[in-house]
Amino acid sequence: MLTVENLSFRYKSGPPVLNEVSFSVADGRFLAILGNNGVGKSTLLKCFNRILTPSGGRISMDGVDLSRLSGRELAQRIAFVAQSVPNTQMTVHDIVMLGRKPYMKWSFTEKDHKIIHESMDRLGISHLRGRFLNCLSGGERQKVMLARALAQQPQYLLLDEPTSSLDPRNQHEMLKLVREIAITHGIGVVIVIHDLNLAVRYCDRFLFLHNTHVFSHGDISTVTPDTIRQVYRMEVDIIQHRGQTLIVPQ
Amino acid sequence: MNLKKSASVNNDAAAYRRNQLKSKSFLLILFAMLIVAILLSLRAGSYKTPTLELIKGIFGHAADSKINLVVRSNRLPRICTAIVAGAGLGITGCVLQAILRNPLASSSTLGVSQGASFGAAFAIIVLQMGSASGLGTMAIPLCAFIGSVSVALVILGLSRFRQVSPEGIILAGVAISFMFTGGTTLMQYFADEIQLNTLVFWTFGSLGNTDWGDVGRMAAMVLFASLYFMLKRWDFNALLSGEETAISLGIHVRRLTLINMVLCCLTSSMIVSYIGLINFIGLVAPHVVRLVVGNNHVYLLPGSAIAGALLLLLGDLLARVAISPAILPIGAITSILGGPLFLYLLFKGGKHSADG
Repeated sequence: MLTVENLSFRYKSGPPVLNEVSFSVADGRFLAILGNNGVGKSTLLKCFNRILTPSGGRISMDGVDLSRLSGRELAQRIAFVAQSVPNTQMTVHDIVMLGRKPYMKWSFTEKDHKIIHESMDRLGISHLRGRFLNCLSGGERQKVMLARALAQQPQYLLLDEPTSSLDPRNQHEMLKLVREIAITHGIGVVIVIHDLNLAVRYCDRFLFLHNTHVFSHGDISTVTPDTIRQVYRMEVDIIQHRGQTLIVPQ
Repeated sequence: MNLKKSASVNNDAAAYRRNQLKSKSFLLILFAMLIVAILLSLRAGSYKTPTLELIKGIFGHAADSKINLVVRSNRLPRICTAIVAGAGLGITGCVLQAILRNPLASSSTLGVSQGASFGAAFAIIVLQMGSASGLGTMAIPLCAFIGSVSVALVILGLSRFRQVSPEGIILAGVAISFMFTGGTTLMQYFADEIQLNTLVFWTFGSLGNTDWGDVGRMAAMVLFASLYFMLKRWDFNALLSGEETAISLGIHVRRLTLINMVLCCLTSSMIVSYIGLINFIGLVAPHVVRLVVGNNHVYLLPGSAIAGALLLLLGDLLARVAISPAILPIGAITSILGGPLFLYLLFKGGKHSADG
């Protein structure tokens, strides 16, 4: 269980971005962090693995305070896929290998190689392993970054708007994969996402941020026209179509 | 169906192995070229001797004792200086490009060389150490070292306390370079003819003024720095995936940047203080290697060191044989050769930059 208690954050002398934010995510759950632009969704995500340091509050995993863990120990528990995908001239194999960096001593072991092969197989990118990353499409690159994160064998996976640069087919393919991973590996996933329809289709927990606070948090029943009106200042209808929940702007 | 899948997996594995083999082969080819360059450099000079005798001369076993003397006290220290200095400049250039995530980073673009030049000018003109034989030979490299380290300290200060971005550091380096060049010019204005001559000869750069002690000190520093860099090879790879990704992989990015900047600045300061201004080696060597092996620092770091040594040795060879017996200034040769090579890499292999 990943637990956030009274988390606050502000950039230097600026106004608070997050104020007394509290919630928790169970293992194997897929949580979407939702809210307007600039409300602090990515900031919240980056507080989990110390890309940003909170100004107050506590984040713990199964009772262990994350601030007490070393960078390596934290990276063995939480993996992160950034919004911008690198465009470097490194092979897919070497990029995925980076996922074993938190476990590496002088060099990588046979076990590390086995794990990265499994990660690439899981994401269906084994055929790309000899290719340079900068020669791949956006969707393929995003899968490589996800395979790298899986190679970290994390308990929790953080995704910062992973679908923002993907076409609709790749968006669905990517989120479907993430949901499968969450279910089959029991990995808790926290995703920052703008598309409400993608969120309700693939995620099972929802957290709305509004005015530096948690506006609401819970399962699909939290996603109501009233919540969306107050958070996004937008009127919507929520309808069911072929068993899927759809959010349609009025 | 299964057969098809297994064949495809085998092909994928083969493609990756081919990639690895290409990188390793390229390093071997570079190394072989370095050996050939060493032999050519050993032969070059007014004292013509068969190669075998020269090789024997390395160990002091040549039939003619003059050959032993020429090889051991003249040609070999020069070759070793070129190898050690070139390797040091190449590998520090590679690391600077990785930690600053900027393909233009090198000790000369950061202003370290210009700081050394200012220090040398201070020793020759203000302290009037140019003509003092014993003290002067120590004072000039020492002041050059202090000059370049002070530039390095300003850059490190900017990076550590003012939180300047990697791009900002390069621009700050350009501004510092201009400042120190201006200071050097001002000192030259008040210098007499002999002092000017001494300074100009120092800025030409020379591989012939070092003794075995100097080579040993340089080699110890380059070796220590290189071993540390190799230890951090996967950290540099992680940095190329973005700073946030690197932090999420457990890397303390600020500490990594600071320690490696200190090591790079100290190593290049030491090299420049011994051999004078040698531009372009640190900038070009990593780009040449990157063109073939990509951005994996497991191969890029040793490759940059070998390519740096090779480029400096070839530059020196050209400087010695172009209008023999006169020796052209090595600093000018590396700039004349390095400039067009860099332009070629820029336009031919634009996508092979440090960050992309």
